[in-house]
Amino acid sequence: MPAEQALTVLVAEDGAADRLLLAQIVRRQGHQVVTAENGEQAVALFIERRPQLVLLDALMPVMDGFEAARQIKALAGEALVPIIFLTSLNEEEGLVRCLEAGGDDFMAKPYSAVILAAKIRAMDRLRRLQATVLEQRDQITRHHHHLLNEQRVAKAVFDKVAHSGCLGAPNIRYLQSPYALFNGDLMLAAFTPAGDMRVLLGDFTGHGLPAAVGAMPLAEVFYGMTAKGYGMAQILREMNAKLKRILPVDMFCCALLLNLSMQRGSVEVWNGGMPDGYRLSVDGQVLSVLNSRHLPLGILAAERFDDSTEVLPLAPGERLLLLSDGVLDTADDQDRLFGVQRLRQVLADNRDPAQLFDELMQALERFGGRPRDDISLCDIRMFTAEERVPAPMIYSDSGRSSPLDWSLGFEVRGESLKRFNPVPYLVQLLQEIHGLRARTGSLHSVLSELYSNALEHGVLGLDSQLKRDVQGFADYYQERARRLGSLTGGFVSIDFKVEPHGDGGRLKIQVRDSGAGFDVQRVLARPSRDQGLSGRGLNLVRRLASDARWSDGGRCAQVEFVW
Amino acid sequence: MAVETDFSQDGKKLTIKVKGRFDFGKHQEFRDAYERQPDRPDSVVVDLKDTTYLDSSALGMLLLLRDHAGGDESDVRVVHASSDVRKILAISNFEKLFDIS
Repeated sequence: MPAEQALTVLVAEDGAADRLLLAQIVRRQGHQVVTAENGEQAVALFIERRPQLVLLDALMPVMDGFEAARQIKALAGEALVPIIFLTSLNEEEGLVRCLEAGGDDFMAKPYSAVILAAKIRAMDRLRRLQATVLEQRDQITRHHHHLLNEQRVAKAVFDKVAHSGCLGAPNIRYLQSPYALFNGDLMLAAFTPAGDMRVLLGDFTGHGLPAAVGAMPLAEVFYGMTAKGYGMAQILREMNAKLKRILPVDMFCCALLLNLSMQRGSVEVWNGGMPDGYRLSVDGQVLSVLNSRHLPLGILAAERFDDSTEVLPLAPGERLLLLSDGVLDTADDQDRLFGVQRLRQVLADNRDPAQLFDELMQALERFGGRPRDDISLCDIRMFTAEERVPAPMIYSDSGRSSPLDWSLGFEVRGESLKRFNPVPYLVQLLQEIHGLRARTGSLHSVLSELYSNALEHGVLGLDSQLKRDVQGFADYYQERARRLGSLTGGFVSIDFKVEPHGDGGRLKIQVRDSGAGFDVQRVLARPSRDQGLSGRGLNLVRRLASDARWSDGGRCAQVEFVW
Repeated sequence: MAVETDFSQDGKKLTIKVKGRFDFGKHQEFRDAYERQPDRPDSVVVDLKDTTYLDSSALGMLLLLRDHAGGDESDVRVVHASSDVRKILAISNFEKLFDIS
């Protein structure tokens, strides 16, 4: 039996006869014995020999057993060195003193070899149990440090990917608990080439590493496609398909994706499984709730995925408040949840929207007491034209001179008009013209405007005057979706002609549609303040391009870029 | 048992009852409830009458069950959900995948 492992036992007893007797008993049990005549010697021997067990006479000269026990226990630290007091004290008080000085057991004189052997075995079991507990505790501590270090490194890598965007823009205020990533929360923001701001707040199911792993590909898709100017629907489809492909069945990602367009004075929203977001007026009133209308990303197969978005007007100074369920599920000491009602109360009590973020944080603190580590909160103010940060330019100059004499015709027809947005591909193609690269943003804006004008006002025959007010705005986009859904014919054709011009070159863009055309002079003559939420597009095109004109009764737009 | 199973007399319908909190702690039990059945049922009913709380990992478990039962072809119903539980199912729009009543 392993319990019979030999120990070094310290015997401290001032009576020479008793000391010899004890030493003999213990030695016969197979242990090594060291002996001391008083407490001071006992402490010195303990330091020198580090015995695993101590038999200590209570009453000794020079230093008594009580003091020796205190010193030995202090020297032993966390390890258990059992001390058995040897005592003729019979009164309760004396025995209590033995235990209070650090003794683990006591043994009355005269000594019984059988009982002493049993006590040593029992104490040895305790000693080894304590040693095991300490060893496991240290192991857990080491693993924990290791894990924290891995998380720190992983977070540093992820931050490089996730925060390569524009979360630091002046119109965004956000809070993400330091290790929210390891709880599956994700917050991304970036500008499109046309200067729209795109924001994603996501929340993966589950916790820890599995939840964090999916965040990386999602961030890559988000940044890659946003930089190339893809629309919301295309990005959503790509993210959904990618997550569906890589995640196990029981994992998915709740997400709220936004596109803020300064040019259109609107925000486009898709919410799949995230808590309600809020659209707030300049004075903090709740204008509308951005509620979840879709299944989270990564659940549905591509053919069943619903990429339909909602478009709402958003004027400069108006705000969006987004949050993760960590905010609503913050619990107080009685396990009550913060919940939607308390959040709505904070919104209702707010007088200055610029303070809302702080007020919400204070309310959570007052309510919860213990902060959760998976809180994500984001406050976005619609920016003004002056605040727009230019999209980062991606130069990949091959060193060869770019082709400067070519043309291309491109036509999107019927069914393809419902889903396909050719603008990102075409802008990508125009990147080949090095002289135009600095104007990629303008090119993207102009092509986007011309294409959506041709599609919405031309092919679909929608009247932009509808967008005069907030209700009209909603009606417009509902009608757009309805007409697009039942579309069977029609076309939008886009022609590029590139030619050398002086030291540089010239790009001619022609966009033609199958619609009924419009009264160009009347629309362009309309003063911009009367345009309200509509008709900003044409003026934007005129401002960004070198030259812009409309012909064929408004069915054909011709735009030039010269460099 | 916090997860109970019951077969209809004709053996075609499996009912799974989840009691208390439906979260990651029930993962194994819930899987066993439908994986360890000798016959594959035509339909599965998840009875949440005694479920007090449901978190996102429970949503994941429901997706696993749906996948096991045949994915888009499956017949999985979720019944007797309390209003709190229904709210959680509604935010994630799970009624688009499951018949919830």
